Amino acid sequence: MTSPGDVLESYVLLSALIFTIGGVGFLVRRNVLVQLMSIELMLNSVNLLMVAFNRVHGDAMTGNMFAFFIIAVAAAEVAVGLAIVLSYYRLKSTVYTDEADLLRH
Amino acid sequence: MSAGNLLFALCSIACLVGALITVSAQNPIRGAMGLLTTIFGIAGLFLKLRAEFLTAIQLIVYAGAVVVLFVFVLMLLGPDARAPARAGRSGSSRLLGGALFAATALMGIVSLLRGQGRQGLGPAAPDHGSVEAVGRQMFGSAIFAFELVTALLIVAVVGAIAVGRGRQGIVRKKPVVSSPRELFAGPPRARPAPRRLGTEGAE
Repeated sequence: MTSPGDVLESYVLLSALIFTIGGVGFLVRRNVLVQLMSIELMLNSVNLLMVAFNRVHGDAMTGNMFAFFIIAVAAAEVAVGLAIVLSYYRLKSTVYTDEADLLRH
Repeated sequence: MSAGNLLFALCSIACLVGALITVSAQNPIRGAMGLLTTIFGIAGLFLKLRAEFLTAIQLIVYAGAVVVLFVFVLMLLGPDARAPARAGRSGSSRLLGGALFAATALMGIVSLLRGQGRQGLGPAAPDHGSVEAVGRQMFGSAIFAFELVTALLIVAVVGAIAVGRGRQGIVRKKPVVSSPRELFAGPPRARPAPRRLGTEGAE
């Protein structure tokens, strides 16, 4: 009986749980900042999956490369996203997505 | 229990607790701390998976830059980041969407748990995940993507500056904002006393 830390499925399970938590947080919360953090959770869970599969099929470092690029894209996304949040706050003086209804009427 | 399995247990618990704190905290600064906990946990799991380079990158980029950026924005917004401006619209559609997503994902998790096969991690190459091995690939077969990422980061930085600084100086002579079209071009407003700018109905 191998321990959970040496089995690929436990990493897949953990990654799925984190992704689910992040997705539910993104859908349910109304604070833009919390939604951005939920997106970060989801990206992190995918990174974990990439690295775990790369550890099992470890001929090349392709999974690690993918995780590296995902981290770079996530950093860019956070920079632009937070700039948009600040700009939106200047407009409406709130960070709640229910108030973003200028295009609705 | 070996040291590696202790690391796995601690880090997975940290990941889950941090993720739950992130999405459930009413105060977003607590959410940022939960995100930090998750990031540290995932960095520890990277270490368990023999990805030393990514552990360092994760700690530098996420814990050092992304979370700090979140905290900066939370400091800029102050208490307005916490309290909703008014009682929100009905949350039933949001809850329904979240419940459907959670149910779908949980079905996948249950099917994963019911599976019989267990894939062990097995032995790794001695230089698996090291800076040399990752760098060989990064500057070998992935060199084109690497260059594209540099372009992406430049564009993101320029875009963040352009979006974040607003348009002060262009329409500073118009202090009164009357229509949504002017709202987009208006000067930055420093916390007006009325909570909402536009009227709720027809504009």
